[in-house]
Amino acid sequence: MSYQHSIGIRSHRFDTLRELMAKATPARSGDYLAGVAAATAEERMAAKLALAEVPLAHFLEDLLIPYEADDVTRLIVDGFDRAAFAPVSGLSVGGFRDWLLSDDATPAMLTALAPGLMPEMVAAVSKLMRNQDLILAARKCRVTTRFRNTIGLPGRLAVRLQPNHPTDDPKGIAASTLDGLLYGSGDAVIGINPVSDEPGKLMAMWRLLDELIARFDIPTQSCVLTHVTRQIEAIERGAPIDLVFQSIAGTEAANKSFGINLAMLQEAYEAGLSLKRGTVGDNLMYFETGQGSALSANAHHGVDQQTCEVRAYAVARKFKPLLVNTVVGFIGPEYLYDGKQIIRAGLEDHFCGKLLGLPMGVDVCYTNHAEADQDDMDNLLILLGAAGVSYIMGIPGADDIMLNYQSTSFHDSLFVREALGLKHAPEFEAWLERMKLIDAHGRLQDARQSGALPALTAFTEAAQ
Amino acid sequence: MSDGKIDTLAANTTDSVLPNPWTALRRHTAARIALGRTGSSLPTREVLAFGLAHAQARDAVHLPLDVPALRAQLEAEQWSVVEVASRAADRAAYLARPDWGRRLRPEAAEHLKQLPRDADLVFVISDGLSSTAVQSNALPLLQALKPLLDGVSIAPVVIATQARVALADEVGELLGARMAISLIGERPGLSSPDSLGAYLTYAPKVGNTDEARNCISNIRPEGFAIGAAALLIAANIRAALHAQLSGVALRFDPSKALT
Repeated sequence: MSYQHSIGIRSHRFDTLRELMAKATPARSGDYLAGVAAATAEERMAAKLALAEVPLAHFLEDLLIPYEADDVTRLIVDGFDRAAFAPVSGLSVGGFRDWLLSDDATPAMLTALAPGLMPEMVAAVSKLMRNQDLILAARKCRVTTRFRNTIGLPGRLAVRLQPNHPTDDPKGIAASTLDGLLYGSGDAVIGINPVSDEPGKLMAMWRLLDELIARFDIPTQSCVLTHVTRQIEAIERGAPIDLVFQSIAGTEAANKSFGINLAMLQEAYEAGLSLKRGTVGDNLMYFETGQGSALSANAHHGVDQQTCEVRAYAVARKFKPLLVNTVVGFIGPEYLYDGKQIIRAGLEDHFCGKLLGLPMGVDVCYTNHAEADQDDMDNLLILLGAAGVSYIMGIPGADDIMLNYQSTSFHDSLFVREALGLKHAPEFEAWLERMKLIDAHGRLQDARQSGALPALTAFTEAAQ
Repeated sequence: MSDGKIDTLAANTTDSVLPNPWTALRRHTAARIALGRTGSSLPTREVLAFGLAHAQARDAVHLPLDVPALRAQLEAEQWSVVEVASRAADRAAYLARPDWGRRLRPEAAEHLKQLPRDADLVFVISDGLSSTAVQSNALPLLQALKPLLDGVSIAPVVIATQARVALADEVGELLGARMAISLIGERPGLSSPDSLGAYLTYAPKVGNTDEARNCISNIRPEGFAIGAAALLIAANIRAALHAQLSGVALRFDPSKALT
């Protein structure tokens, strides 16, 4: 089936839904690199106008990546909940945008709708939405998850403490962790990106974080972000693993390039559940995604990078994750060129994930070869705070000395909390108060008054 | 900048900034810990320190490689030099189109075809994402390698601009070299704007993928020191020439090269 829209004397024709979706996407370098972007600004608008007319139900018939060719498509189609879809089944993509922004679309309605949405429908409507639409609609989505604390309550923001070190040095990792905790960060997870994938070194990192959380009775969870196969092996050998991590993408071929498939994720999920380490809930998967990953693995099937990204969320939601985040500016300027593209993509990913029922965080970040700087990150951070982002990253001084990119700092989390009145996860907030690190209003206190400082310092000096 | 200005700033800073009394832990990590704060915000000195580091990283990406200067330095050390450029016309095109940075411009390819063929090795010095890395570390690395490569024939050094790693495949193929070695500026980190990478490929040809390469990364005075990197690269070259392959298939124990 082809699609058409006439503007004056020019008629724009789009041969496939895949082409229509790609050309309706706001401009970004990755779609140009893939050769799927609109050639002119008018063609892009014609595609949006034509896309607005497409019935949502049409996405069930016209699959962007064939059912036989891709297990993510099969997951999407086989898991589709027709009853949940019913309230919006008569709408076009444009009508769906109007409905989402209307008062009819209450938080309860959106929660009930999530299993009845295909990622492609969500991607489509996001392409017609302005940044402010992405903020308001995401804000209405309530996604709450639990392991040792509660993530995603309205008016709250959690932070992943990311204490990476270029040689995985235990004291170096502990020093950054201390810094973050004393700045009130770490409720989403204390999560290390390791350099090494040696089982012995990984085990030392899991034990270090486990000991820290137990010794100080911190209501949070740990994670070492290594390949899922390493985590399954480690669980068999008795590693104290809280969250099970994996990077995922929106096509079977892209996931294969990560060395994973859906069965491996299921095995890892069950291995994590078998440990029963959660105290207030059992959401234990942690997924990372990012626009451009399918293209960089040459596994995008001609589908635009934003739609591929939203398909990854179908993979994530199968495993009831505690945390999902899009590492939005990490991949580089050949996919998202500048601050404008990174900001747009961050808001899209957050909205699309939330609408599909995921606990979305965003790694608000950039590399030094992108046309972006701290001011762009400040903008995206405050926009995401307004949109109700579940969590952000916390890195000492925003400078990740292992991954060589800039993300958000512990100070940045203080900024967004103060500007928007956002509180910590409730259990973690109570712990910070007990440690005298925040006052009753959530305001950070002078760490010199807290007994946590000497105890954490001693822990750091003894780390190995 | 006068000393008086710095003193004024320091005085203002100490008045309103809440220091973090765990600065001693900085000996365990180069991470930016214990920065202190004013209210919820970074102290002025930290905002400016970050700004300077970012400026240096940006310059590493955007300042063009000074090819005449590098050429003169190489020639002064008796290296003969050839210059080529990729199909990316400028830095903006280079950043947005990695595919263009992997291929030679047609005139550069024609030029290489006129040169003598069949050396064991060709070094391709590429600007990549850090001209700073190349300008400061490429020649010292080559000088350190030279005495380690006795008996290995080496083609003229190729200086490539707006170039990605894989450009060395086309260079090596056109020159009929058994191996191509790309010495290239790596993506600069905030604290490491001058990091050089070395990518070794046996039987270079257009279309090779990364699993056919061996990579030695973070070559810079504060990272992987030049002398040690040269030992490792030379050992890797000899292993690849002997095994007639490179990349993940090459069984090569780097720890033996350094002892």
